[in-house]
Amino acid sequence: MAVEKMSIAKALNESLRKALEQDPKVLIMGEDVGKLGGVFRITDGLQKDFGEERVIDTPLAESGIVGTAIGLALRGYRPVVEIQFDGFVFPAYDQIVTQLAKMHARALGKIKMPVVIRIPYAGGIGAVEHHSESPEALFAHVPGLKVVSPSNASDAYWMLQQAILSDDPVIFFEPKRRYWDKGEVDVEAIPYQLHKARVAREGSDITLAAYGPMVKVCLEAAAAAAEEGKSVEVVDMRSMSPVDFDGIQASVEKTRRLVVVHEAPTFLGMGSEIAARITERCFYHLEAPVLRVGGFHAPYPPARLEDEYLPGLDRVLDAVDRSLAY
Amino acid sequence: MTVESTAARKPRRSSGTKRAAGAASAAKPAAATAQTHDAVPQLVQLLTPEGDRVENADNAEFAPFVADITTEDLRGLYRDMVMTRRFDGEATALQRQGELGLWASLLGQEAAQIGSGRALNDEDYVFPTYREHGVAWCRGVDPTNLLGMFRGVNHGGWDPNTNNFHLYTIVIGSQTLHATGYAMGVAKDGADSAVIAYFGDGASSQGDVMEAFNFSAVYNSPVVFFCQNNQWAISEPTERQMRVPLYQRAQGFGFPGVRVDGNDVLACLAVTRWALDRARRGEGPTLVEAFTYRMGAHTTSDDPTKYRRDEETAAWEAKDPILRLKAHLLATGGADEAFFAELETESEAMGKRVREAVRSMPDPDTMAIFENVYADGHALVDEERAQFAAYLASFESAEEGH
Ligand SMILES: Cc1ncc(C[n+]2csc(CCOP(=O)(O)OP(=O)(O)O)c2C)c(N)n1
Repeated sequence: MAVEKMSIAKALNESLRKALEQDPKVLIMGEDVGKLGGVFRITDGLQKDFGEERVIDTPLAESGIVGTAIGLALRGYRPVVEIQFDGFVFPAYDQIVTQLAKMHARALGKIKMPVVIRIPYAGGIGAVEHHSESPEALFAHVPGLKVVSPSNASDAYWMLQQAILSDDPVIFFEPKRRYWDKGEVDVEAIPYQLHKARVAREGSDITLAAYGPMVKVCLEAAAAAAEEGKSVEVVDMRSMSPVDFDGIQASVEKTRRLVVVHEAPTFLGMGSEIAARITERCFYHLEAPVLRVGGFHAPYPPARLEDEYLPGLDRVLDAVDRSLAY
Repeated sequence: MTVESTAARKPRRSSGTKRAAGAASAAKPAAATAQTHDAVPQLVQLLTPEGDRVENADNAEFAPFVADITTEDLRGLYRDMVMTRRFDGEATALQRQGELGLWASLLGQEAAQIGSGRALNDEDYVFPTYREHGVAWCRGVDPTNLLGMFRGVNHGGWDPNTNNFHLYTIVIGSQTLHATGYAMGVAKDGADSAVIAYFGDGASSQGDVMEAFNFSAVYNSPVVFFCQNNQWAISEPTERQMRVPLYQRAQGFGFPGVRVDGNDVLACLAVTRWALDRARRGEGPTLVEAFTYRMGAHTTSDDPTKYRRDEETAAWEAKDPILRLKAHLLATGGADEAFFAELETESEAMGKRVREAVRSMPDPDTMAIFENVYADGHALVDEERAQFAAYLASFESAEEGH
């Protein structure tokens, strides 16, 4: 065992470093990823150690970044692309949706698209517009893409390497407000499967399913609920495409209640899909309808309102109470 | 030569401007030789860094556009720059004190913004990025209105149509297309006004900007693309954005590009007037590259020591736009110490007003989350608003119950 305590940011940095070391075909691309080490310093020091040919500062053009990453992948490289903030992925959305996602299918499986797109996402850092959004459903909806998000340092470390090893395009959402959270990383462990959900806390009365930044909120809610004698299980979904429905189902069959929590608007969000599928799969187990806690059908608000907008402990506990009241 | 165009020129006189003397002369097309960025750029300059007026072949076409500028006008431009810098400094300080979440400083870019901003007529329309505080000043936008989005109480903070100054756009380059479309509308309406779009050297790499260039050329739209090349896009120098000097790019789209000394307020005024004049006369778009420097950090979240050298910044300090005009005013007797002292007092008062306004800026009402999502209303928003209101009320009733 080689366990180290590190922040999520550091874990991602170490993970990229290892990927660059292990495979000369791995490239890092994006805005400010070189000398600056990215605006969140996730690529800190990598250009210094691996050179400008491997860690590439690109022109400020997201469509160009993803489009050329596709070309590099066609040529046998494994580009890991950084989009600076969630709201800036949309100039690249066309390339991602119309090209990246479909290439493998169009080529009858002859072409692989090992492109990872890292996106610092979601809110809670007091930022201006376009810096706090949760567009995961827009990507999970697209066949051909895989979409994942780590919630802790160990997952950050391992999931990123697994994403880079994947021959499919992976949209890798990084919960930016958790970058500085520390956790233990066993750098030699056999990693959890990339698309498998993980029970983050055991419980018997109700299941909370979440991913990325909301896992921590759910764990805190579970701890608070425990003081009131409620036993809450927290499932960290880890992957939004594919979703480990078996993992969620197993938990729901035990607790018979489910609340899905995310920051993104609930309308047509991840929670909607999970509610629908789990209702199909567990209809006779459920004691209450699957509830969702998430954002509103409104633009992400200015920073001074984000505490109200973002699901916090109270809103999660309120949903727990509502579910238990059935 | 700094002006290049393949576009045919129609020497029509403007009906709406008094200062068209010599203005419509055809720009001489120059060879499109690629320059490296290390080479000394050719700039349209009217005031040297020492504050001397210069006449040369490069500025001959543009100088007539400021022939009407009086000493009083010069003092006005000076005042604009000083007030803008004071405002910017105040905002930076307010960010440090935790009153603003973020600030994008324009320090060093005052001449580019005031020169271009003062070239505009009231009816002209401005599409800024997130750093155009000086242009906003020229448009008469109350500076305190600019701070709401940086404080985090709103996403805009002013009505764009009050001052023909559009909201700040954070997604880089997007607004160049909006400006182009607006200009297409202006042309359709047969209006005697023009549109100006601001963007950075980094943003010029975006596909949107290329598309804006092309649309505006194809539709011969009355739009001026005003790029402030402040040498950096966060940590990336201009060499990471382009291999050909930016202003030359216009030629490939079929309209002229000019590179102007962005730290020379008079030159920026002249070149922008020239470009707006072309637009109003129906001669289509122009690209102005204001060659300037971002003296501070990209934003208050940025640490420029990670990627740029102090010597570079020091070299640009010598070209300071405000000191340059001050030197000129002093040398020509255009202003006396009393003027500068008075301005100092005035800018202090403005700083104080801004400080107080920000500190007393109220947080928005929680329910503002649901406001203005749709113009026509929307059932889902109504439902969520009601649910959230009930949820919040449940805390209040719980409190009352105690
Ligand atoms: C589409 C998009 N990608 C990335 C960003 C993040 N970002 C904000 S400003 C900036 C640098 C812009 O540089 P430049 O266009 O030269 O303008 P400057 O800030 O120097 O005035 C970047 C990368 C953004 N706002 N929009």
